[in-house]
Amino acid sequence: MKDTKIQVKDLSLYYGEKKALKEISLEIPRNKVTALIGPSGCGKSTFLRCINRMNDLIPDVKITGQMLVEGVDIYDKNVDVVNIRKKIGMVFQKSNPFPKSIYENIAYGPKINGIKGKNELDEIVEISLRQAAIWDEVKDRLGDSAMGLSGGQQQRLCIARTLAVSPDIILMDEPASALDPISTSKIEELVHELKEQYTIIIVTHNMQQAARTSDFTAFFYLGELIEMGKTNAIFTKPEKKQTEDYITGRFG
Amino acid sequence: MGKAISISENPFSKTNNQGIDIKEKAVVGLTQIAVLLIIAILFIILGIIIYQGREKFSWEFISSFPTDGMTKGGIFPALIGTFILVVVMSIAAVPFGTITAIYLTEYAKEKSKIAAAVRFSIRTLAVVPSIIFGLFGLGFFIQFVGTGMDTAFNEGELHWGQPNILWASLTMALLTLPVIIVSVEESLKTIPRELREASLALGATKWQTIKNVVFPGSISGIMTGTILAVSRGAGEVAPILFTGAAYYLATLPESLSDQFMNLGYHVYIMSTQSSDVEKTMPIQFATTLVLLILTLSLNLVAVIIRSRIRRRAK
Repeated sequence: MKDTKIQVKDLSLYYGEKKALKEISLEIPRNKVTALIGPSGCGKSTFLRCINRMNDLIPDVKITGQMLVEGVDIYDKNVDVVNIRKKIGMVFQKSNPFPKSIYENIAYGPKINGIKGKNELDEIVEISLRQAAIWDEVKDRLGDSAMGLSGGQQQRLCIARTLAVSPDIILMDEPASALDPISTSKIEELVHELKEQYTIIIVTHNMQQAARTSDFTAFFYLGELIEMGKTNAIFTKPEKKQTEDYITGRFG
Repeated sequence: MGKAISISENPFSKTNNQGIDIKEKAVVGLTQIAVLLIIAILFIILGIIIYQGREKFSWEFISSFPTDGMTKGGIFPALIGTFILVVVMSIAAVPFGTITAIYLTEYAKEKSKIAAAVRFSIRTLAVVPSIIFGLFGLGFFIQFVGTGMDTAFNEGELHWGQPNILWASLTMALLTLPVIIVSVEESLKTIPRELREASLALGATKWQTIKNVVFPGSISGIMTGTILAVSRGAGEVAPILFTGAAYYLATLPESLSDQFMNLGYHVYIMSTQSSDVEKTMPIQFATTLVLLILTLSLNLVAVIIRSRIRRRAK
């Protein structure tokens, strides 16, 4: 299994009494883009948040099963969750830059990790902003507040911020759903470039986007994983009828 | 293709001079009278104070000591005493209140019994009559802590076990604690959850998130709370009646174990125990005027900061 980055075994999640994820088992391949699709409320975002243990923050949540990243179960008691989140970054649906300058937003992660030298930080900021394809737009105003950027720029800033801590895996929760078509295509291009270096998992409710950007697709429905496979196969020859119904728009 | 309706039958053409409700007019009228009444009362009070106090109100008044049994001179020591009081009070109350607010917003779980107990205590503290704080200050700070300190450090010699500016400030700090906590909590709540999530998702610990994202956002709440606390502390008299305020002191307080004069207390003393009420009346009004200007302007600043916080919340 050396091409597998994440192996999920019978992962279930309970909000109190309600079972929101039902024994999910799948494998996320390394250095590819995996899309999670499904109708609203199917659990794809909940599942995504399990990968970097953000669901730990919600009271009354119980998680059973295993999530093995490079062979290590990240839900094991001895695992340092703060460290996990440095290696597994997340970009949220609605961009959430800090009310600080552009520079300080990107430098936040490295500073948290103890990097102090100005030269080193400057370098990290520039590399991250270049990787996120936004360096040229902001290089002359790094001291300006991040809140002054447009929606699409803010989202690319958040991606740069995530890249600045050098994660292995990048989780994206509908990163372009709040953006205009041009910004959306910029983000999709970015995803395509980033997969050389990172493993990317992207939740999307936009099937065309999933078909365009991903190598593998997993279809969720009512908390269960219905089908997963190469994107091409899922969209042309799905094995399960439910998958076919969703893809052809019979329900959404 | 409907047919046209005549003007008289057209429901949209109903004019508004048909049967206006007398009740509607009466209610509007009553509320207008109420507003005018309140504004009038406020102006009358302010007017009397300004009119009666303008004679004595001057730079000299603020900067000189009282003389001739307090029938002449100024209120400088009372001003300084009040100032020191609110400064020491703030040093005690602001950090304590801020930490409590951060605990309640960031750390306490929703169903936590400790958090519920803290909130209940804050609410209770907020409605306790201020004289009770004075009694508490006397019984706890002066007779227990102060006397205890004297026994431990001064071999029983009376030094801390009596009214002074330290005990008065700490008593006042207890009084104003709820105001600070509520203010800070309010500003913490305006920080969106998404910002905390963003920080945690980058691999920050909870403490790092609080230090770098949450705390900077609470500064305006701390400022508002402090200003409101100071404006309250500058005016309250009951808590300092037996914990440190003095009738007349020839010198300014030099250490925390000294007594002090105070603006509010000054007015109280002059109106109840002065030797010549007629002579001291203008002084009383002028002192009240000073106190009013102080507290009103502080409150105004607090209101402005608070409205900025509320605008950010949108």
